[in-house]
Amino acid sequence: MKLKSVLMATALTGVAFGAQAQEVTVMSWGGAYTKSQVEAYHKPFTAETGIKVNSVDADNPATPIKAQVEAGNVSIDVADVEFSDAVRLCDEGLLEPIDHGMLPAAPDGTAATDDFIEGALQDCAVANIVWSTVMAYNSENVDGTPTTIADFFDTGKFPGKRGLRKSAKATLEMALMADGVPAGEVYDVLETDEGIDRAFTKLDTIKDDIVWWEAGAQPPQLLADGEVVMSTAYNGRIFNAAVGEGQPLEIVWDGQILDFDLFVVPKGAPNKDAAMKFIAFSTDTKRLADQASWISYGPARKSSGAMVGLYSDGKTEMAPHMPTAAANLENALVNNFEFWVDMDAELNERFNAWLAN
Amino acid sequence: MTDATANGKPEMLTTADGKPLKAALIRAQARARRRAFLLVLPLLAFILITFVMPIGQMLHQSVYNPGFVMHEDIGSGKRTPIMTNLKVWFDENPAGTEPDEAAFAALHEDMLLLRELRAPGQVGTRVNYERGGSRSMFTKAARRAERMDPPYKEAFLDVDEEWADPELWRVMRDASSAYTFNFYLAALDRSKNADGEIVSVDENRQIYIKLFTRTLFLSVLITFLTFLLGYPIAHLLATLPLRYSNLLMIFVLLPFWTSLLVRTTSWMVLLQSQGVVNDALVGMGILGDDNRLQMMYNQIGTVVAMTHILLPFMVLPLYSVMRPINPSYVRAARSLGATSWTAFRRIYFPQTVPGIGAGALLVFILAVGYYITPALVGGADGQLISNLIAFHMQNSLNWSLAAALAALLLAGILILYWLYDRLIGIDNLKLG
Repeated sequence: MKLKSVLMATALTGVAFGAQAQEVTVMSWGGAYTKSQVEAYHKPFTAETGIKVNSVDADNPATPIKAQVEAGNVSIDVADVEFSDAVRLCDEGLLEPIDHGMLPAAPDGTAATDDFIEGALQDCAVANIVWSTVMAYNSENVDGTPTTIADFFDTGKFPGKRGLRKSAKATLEMALMADGVPAGEVYDVLETDEGIDRAFTKLDTIKDDIVWWEAGAQPPQLLADGEVVMSTAYNGRIFNAAVGEGQPLEIVWDGQILDFDLFVVPKGAPNKDAAMKFIAFSTDTKRLADQASWISYGPARKSSGAMVGLYSDGKTEMAPHMPTAAANLENALVNNFEFWVDMDAELNERFNAWLAN
Repeated sequence: MTDATANGKPEMLTTADGKPLKAALIRAQARARRRAFLLVLPLLAFILITFVMPIGQMLHQSVYNPGFVMHEDIGSGKRTPIMTNLKVWFDENPAGTEPDEAAFAALHEDMLLLRELRAPGQVGTRVNYERGGSRSMFTKAARRAERMDPPYKEAFLDVDEEWADPELWRVMRDASSAYTFNFYLAALDRSKNADGEIVSVDENRQIYIKLFTRTLFLSVLITFLTFLLGYPIAHLLATLPLRYSNLLMIFVLLPFWTSLLVRTTSWMVLLQSQGVVNDALVGMGILGDDNRLQMMYNQIGTVVAMTHILLPFMVLPLYSVMRPINPSYVRAARSLGATSWTAFRRIYFPQTVPGIGAGALLVFILAVGYYITPALVGGADGQLISNLIAFHMQNSLNWSLAAALAALLLAGILILYWLYDRLIGIDNLKLG
C-alpha cells in the first residue's frame, strides 16, 4: 500500500541519519517475505559477523533507488529487486558492480558461477530466489474450483471481484494466456500492437470487477476479507497465509509467471563493504535453502535444492509448494526481463491510460 | 506645511547639528528598514531555499534533460559529453535527412564511448521516453559496437532493423539538444511525428488532459460539497453560546489534528464492500448480500474521503468571518419587515462572502494537489493528476515529464487565482 511507502520514507530518513560503520540497511518487500529473510539471512548474519541489519520495506524496492542515488543521499545498502529492474538500474549506472568471485562455492566445491541457475548472476545483481505471480482463490467464497488462468477472467462461471497487481507487468501476460496464447508464445504476441490490444481487450471483460493491489501483503488480505474471490499474488504470500495462518486459500499454478528476486547495491551505498559481505553470506547454499523453509520461494542455487526440507511448522514438505516443482510448471511462463526493460515505460503508460478510461 | 517662509522662498529645515532634516530622516529610516529586513532575512532565506529554488529547479527539469548529451559518473561526479559525433552530423544535416553511412559511423563512434562509460542505458532511456522500445536497441548495439565493421549502416541494421526508422532519428535529433519542450507536448497528450509535426497521440494512450479535467472537476465538486456542509456548521458555531460552541469546535478540530492516513484508512474501513456501512445496510435488510454498494476504489471514495478531510479548511475561515457579525443587523432587517430568507440573503450572506472565498480557495488548491487519499481509496477512476505525477517520479522515473505535468498544474492554479482576483478580488479574502 501507498500508506506503507509513506511510513517507509519516514523510516528511511531516520536510518540515513543513524547509519554507522557496523550496520547494513536492507530493503525488501515487506510482510511474510521480509520475515523469511530476517529469519534466514539477517539474524544469522548478525550472529556471525556482529554487523547489525536494519530491515526496511517498500512496495517495490527498485523505485527509491534512482531517487536516492541521483540526490546523492543513499540510505539503502542492499535492495531486493525484480529481474528487469536489476538490469535496468545497472544499465543506468545506478548500481555497484558485484564481483562474482566473492560468492562462496557450493559445499561440493562447485564454483558459485556454475552453481547459480542460469541468469541468476548479473553484473550488478545476485539472485536469491525464484518466485512467481500466480492466481489464488478463497475456497470458501468461490463457487466451484477454478483450475485454469482462463477461469480468472470468467466472471460468468465464477462471479465475484478479482484482485490484480496495479502494473502492466504480469497482468498483460496473464490476460493473453487466459485468451488462449500458449506460454511459449506470449512475448512474441505481446511484441505486436495487435497483441497488446488483444491483452487489453481481454482485461476489458473484467475491468469493472477488478480491485487493484500494490503491496505484496494485500492479496492474501483481500482474499481473506472476502473483498475479492480471486486474486493474482506472489505465490509465497499465499502459501504463508494458507499453511502458516490456516486461511482457506488455494493456488492455481496454471499460467504462473516466474521471476527472480535479486540483491543489488545502490551506487554510493553508505556501507558498501558490509553490503557485499551480506550478499555473499545470504546467497550461500545453506542460507538460500533455509529461506525456503520460511516461505515457498525456490532458491537460486542448484545446490540448495536438495537441502530444502520442511516448512518452519516442522511438518509441511516444501517441495510441492515451490513454483519450480515439476507439477507446477506445466503451463508456466518465465518473465522476459529484456522485454520489460524495454517496454515497461511504454506499456505502463498505455496501462495507466486504460485504467483512467 | 512649514516649508514656506515670509519671503516666499522655501527654507531648508535642518537638524540641531545643521544637517538637512530630509537626509537625516532618510538615514534614520534606512537603519530601521535594514533592521526590519534583517529580522525577516531568515524567513526569506528559508522560502528561497525550500520553495523558490525547488520550484525553479522543477521548471528547469521540465525543459532540460541531458540524458543524451552528458554522462555524469555517480561516484566521481566526472562529466563527459556523449553522442558528440552524432550531434555534429545533426548540425550539418537538416531535419528529415535520411541517415547515411556518415551518420551511422558517427553513431558507432559514440557507441564505443557509451560502452566504455557504461552509459548506453541512460541514452536509451532518454530516447525511450519518446519512442517506446528503443532502450534495448542502444544496449544491444553498444554491446556489439566493438565487433562492428564498416559499412556501419548495415552493421546497425543487422543488430536491429528499427535503426532505419525515421521517427527514431527524429527523437535522437531532438534529444541531442538538452533543452526541449517535448515533455510539455507529452504532458498534453501530444507528440511529434517523424516529420517533426505536432500530432495527438493514439486515443488509447491519451490520459493527461482527461486527468487534468477530472482533477479540476472533482476539486470544484469537493469545494462545493465542503461549502454546503461547512456553512451551516460554521453558522452554528458562530451563533451558539461560547461554552457549547467550544465543545463543537473540538469536533471540528479533532479530525483536523488526526493524521491524514488514519482518517483515510478509517474511511476505507467504513466504505469497503465488506465494511461497516455496507454491513449495516445489509443487516437492516435495505441491501441484499449480493448487491453491496461499491463505495470505494472509485470516484465516490475519493470525493467522500476528501470532502471530509478538507472540511475544516472551509469551516474555520467561515467561522472566523461569521463570529464578529453583529446579530443586530439581521434583527434590524427583520424588524423592518424582511422575511428571514431575505434577511439572510441581503444582510447575512454578503458579510460572509470573504470567508467563503478564503475557504473555497484553500479547499480547492489543496484538492487539486491531493495525492495520498485518491491513491488509497480512488481505485482506477478516482485517480487525480498528482497520482500520475507521483507515478512518473517513483515508478517510470521520467522526472522531466513529472516536472512538466507539475508545471502545468501550477500554471493552471495561477490562472484560476488570477481569475479569482479579477472576479472577486483577492483583498476580499479573509482567513481569520
